[in-house]
Amino acid sequence: MSERIGVYVCHCGTNIAGIVDVADVSKWAGEKLADKGVVISRDYKFMCSSLGQELIQKDIKEQKLTRVVVAACSPHLHEKTFRNACKGADLNPYLCELVSIREQDSWVHTDKAAATAKAKAITSGGVARVIHHEALEPLRVPIHPATLVVGGGIAGIQAALEIADAGFRVYLVEREPSIGGHMAQFDKTFPTLDCSACILTPKMVDVGNHPNITLLTWSEVQKVDGYVGNFAVTIKKKPRYIKTEDCNGCGICWEKCPKKVVDNVFEAGMGNRKAVYVPFPQAVPKYPVIDDVNCTYYLKGTCKACEKFCPTNAIDFNQKAEEITVEVGNIILATGYDLFDARRIPQYGYGKLANVFTNLEFERICNAAGPTGGNIVLRDGKTAPKTVGIVHCVGSRDKNYNAYCSAICCMQSLKFAHLVRERTGAEVYNFYIDIRTPSKGYEEFYQRLLEEGTRFVRGKVAEVTNVARVPEEEGKLIIQVEDTLISKQRRIPVDMVILSSGMQARHDSKDVAKLFGISCSADDWYIERHPKLDPVATMTDGIYIAGCAQGPKDIPASVVQGAAAAARVLGKIQQKEISLEPIRATVNEEHCSGCRICNDLCPFNAILFHEETKVSEVNPALCQGCGTCVAACPAGAISGTGFSNEQILSQIDGLLLLNISHAAVPVDN
Amino acid sequence: MKQYAYYPGCSLESLGKSYHISAMEVSGALGVELKEIEDWNCCGATAYFPVDELLAYTLTARNLAKAEKTGLDFVAPCSACYKNAYFTNSYLQKDADLAEHINYALEADNLHVYGTSKVRHLIEVFINDVGLEEIKNKVSNPLKGLRVAPYYGCQILRPRKDHEDVENPQYFEGLLSTIGAEPIEYASKTRCCGGSLIVTNRKAALDMVRILLQDAVNHNADVIATTCPMCNVNLEVYQVQVNREFGTHYSIPVMYFTQLMGLALGIVPGHLGIGKEQVSGASMLAFAQNTKQERNL
Repeated sequence: MSERIGVYVCHCGTNIAGIVDVADVSKWAGEKLADKGVVISRDYKFMCSSLGQELIQKDIKEQKLTRVVVAACSPHLHEKTFRNACKGADLNPYLCELVSIREQDSWVHTDKAAATAKAKAITSGGVARVIHHEALEPLRVPIHPATLVVGGGIAGIQAALEIADAGFRVYLVEREPSIGGHMAQFDKTFPTLDCSACILTPKMVDVGNHPNITLLTWSEVQKVDGYVGNFAVTIKKKPRYIKTEDCNGCGICWEKCPKKVVDNVFEAGMGNRKAVYVPFPQAVPKYPVIDDVNCTYYLKGTCKACEKFCPTNAIDFNQKAEEITVEVGNIILATGYDLFDARRIPQYGYGKLANVFTNLEFERICNAAGPTGGNIVLRDGKTAPKTVGIVHCVGSRDKNYNAYCSAICCMQSLKFAHLVRERTGAEVYNFYIDIRTPSKGYEEFYQRLLEEGTRFVRGKVAEVTNVARVPEEEGKLIIQVEDTLISKQRRIPVDMVILSSGMQARHDSKDVAKLFGISCSADDWYIERHPKLDPVATMTDGIYIAGCAQGPKDIPASVVQGAAAAARVLGKIQQKEISLEPIRATVNEEHCSGCRICNDLCPFNAILFHEETKVSEVNPALCQGCGTCVAACPAGAISGTGFSNEQILSQIDGLLLLNISHAAVPVDN
Repeated sequence: MKQYAYYPGCSLESLGKSYHISAMEVSGALGVELKEIEDWNCCGATAYFPVDELLAYTLTARNLAKAEKTGLDFVAPCSACYKNAYFTNSYLQKDADLAEHINYALEADNLHVYGTSKVRHLIEVFINDVGLEEIKNKVSNPLKGLRVAPYYGCQILRPRKDHEDVENPQYFEGLLSTIGAEPIEYASKTRCCGGSLIVTNRKAALDMVRILLQDAVNHNADVIATTCPMCNVNLEVYQVQVNREFGTHYSIPVMYFTQLMGLALGIVPGHLGIGKEQVSGASMLAFAQNTKQERNL
């Protein structure tokens, strides 16, 4: 046996040593695995400590170790630590194997003898495997300094500005005609009650004017090729039918356009726009869009009023969609959220009872630039409500719809209550399950509302109905609720009901995730690399997420994530090149039959098919070493570096070295 | 001809007689054979379960045991019977201990129950097994212009199985449209009729009926259609008492959905039990086929 192997068994305090007899494992490995090449075996309290690492490094030098096996925690935690330790002692880091005797052993068993036996088996497997390890070198690829930001809401805007201000190119892609996102639709922001547009529009203008930002509104990403550092992104620019180089945004076209269209996007169905329009006065960019679904010219072939009146001849009815390809090194997805559709809860009456509004509709009602000029009135457009009921948690914290808390609705509802009282003096009832006001200044805002005299009823609303039971209820909307603080059913007649609909992942978030090669949670939010320690990165290198696309959050939190994602990207750009894990799949061309089974299975789109030679090839920079193709290849033509058949079969042999009967290893519940 | 183990329930032998008659007529016309379960007993209604749950389940289980022997789906026209049978059946499948207790009792009658029946409501058999398409083909006398308030009541919706939406179901409306009537959309269609509350708290029960009637009247319904003999009694028989109690003047006919289906299928009103109601259903006669023909002449 030519390899000289060192085995290091960690106590992890009592995490491992409490259940596994680590000294016994270490002693056993030193004796019984000597024929495999183990020349030294030690146990130590904390192998990951500097002293533990130095111990390994000292042995590598003094004992001339060629392989290292550490039996400790999961590779997720400390594989890097021990690889680096080996590297520090001039041993190729990939000649070190970390086997888990904590997550897979001590933490999940209670029988000490059996757990010790299992630790021996796991260690033995590691030893058998490491013999077949090869010295690997990480791939180094250059990083393109430009960045793609998808989504022009506040999170995307923040990310784009941070990167552009640092001096790097940003392509900001937005599907709507203007950037601004949901924040542009809001009236006031909690808890400070400053005007949403007033704090947002300066940032929008900055984006529009920034020399380093290429703004692509009315555009969508079609295709993403390449890998971290070197993405090639195909973007479809939908036709605006406006020559932007000629348009000066004067507004004559939408003034003259005879076709009114209900604006279901920006005005949430509460107001109209024209067939040629900018969604709101402060839109960035200033160029309008012709809505070719509703425009009279596209429907009937005549009209062209906009063209007739345009002073700069900027209208172009023949414009076609255009595809452009940009090269970027990193991508930030800030695609935002959809509002929960309140129609899904028919007992709340939205869509059937006129004066039941959603939160987004109410934002537009409150907004001075909105359809009612900021007057809080009923659906008839003139009557001010005398009593208003605000229903919290609509579609949130409800296992029939979304189990999660949407995080913003409590504060938004409190803000609404304040605005209603301030502007109309109406009586306001908040119907809540729990009031959740955890951020800076939020609880104080809640206390302020309590003092202002807003009424709070703790209970989940059962029904909003117009079926009166007593004369006082006639003509009102009646909110039926169990007031859980007094244990009574109550019926509260109001004039207006506001449903605080929760947040949902974008309807197409799964498609977008697939396009960019990242994953979604069960609720369709994008998944971060680590929920606590890596909240804006994803499992795909070079793709970052920010804002509500990752989960419900308010404006401050979205801005934080936008900036955080930008900081991560800037960090990468500064490195100029990055090293990629050399754990990769490779295709043996001679064995490949060209069946292409692997092509579609690869979750990272890393496999190319060469039409001429009829063989598949794995792009090493794209491959994440997941092993899917290795397992799927019917010809056995694909092999995974670091996961070769030899390595895995040897590990299994090693595990089976110990004749552990079922009786000796009980399955713990 | 598709066969079903038919469980009429006690009401259909007395107050709900016209439901039974019309169900039989309509089934015949649609090629559905309702084979009455032999020697069936009361399902326990709403009253027995709070008194003794185990005995109440046993009572229902006896009917299920008899239906199981035939291998046919258990079909109840009454929402309360349906609900009791449905839940007993599903508990028999899930709760081995309960099943053992029940079967111990059923031994006295040489019966054994396994919980293998499919428990169905009659309206669902028509809609899902016969199908709206087929019903439409057989409609000879569409009830054009008849504004019907479809009243589901609550018990038919308690087993959350085939209904697309228990808060806002639509299948009754679909059936009414199929027979040419005009279903009205009103909020109270799934609200409780009071059940047997009339026995314990008369005024509260009458008020519940009043709310339902008022909502139907507010929406200009010509008739309320029901799927349950108890709902029918509450809404129809107690109208007089509601009027007396609250000084109202309701006089809206209440029909079983099978009676309306029968009219649309061209069956003469007399064969559907129309004419036996407390609140006159005479206005319905104008929608019967023969009357129409007479008018045309």
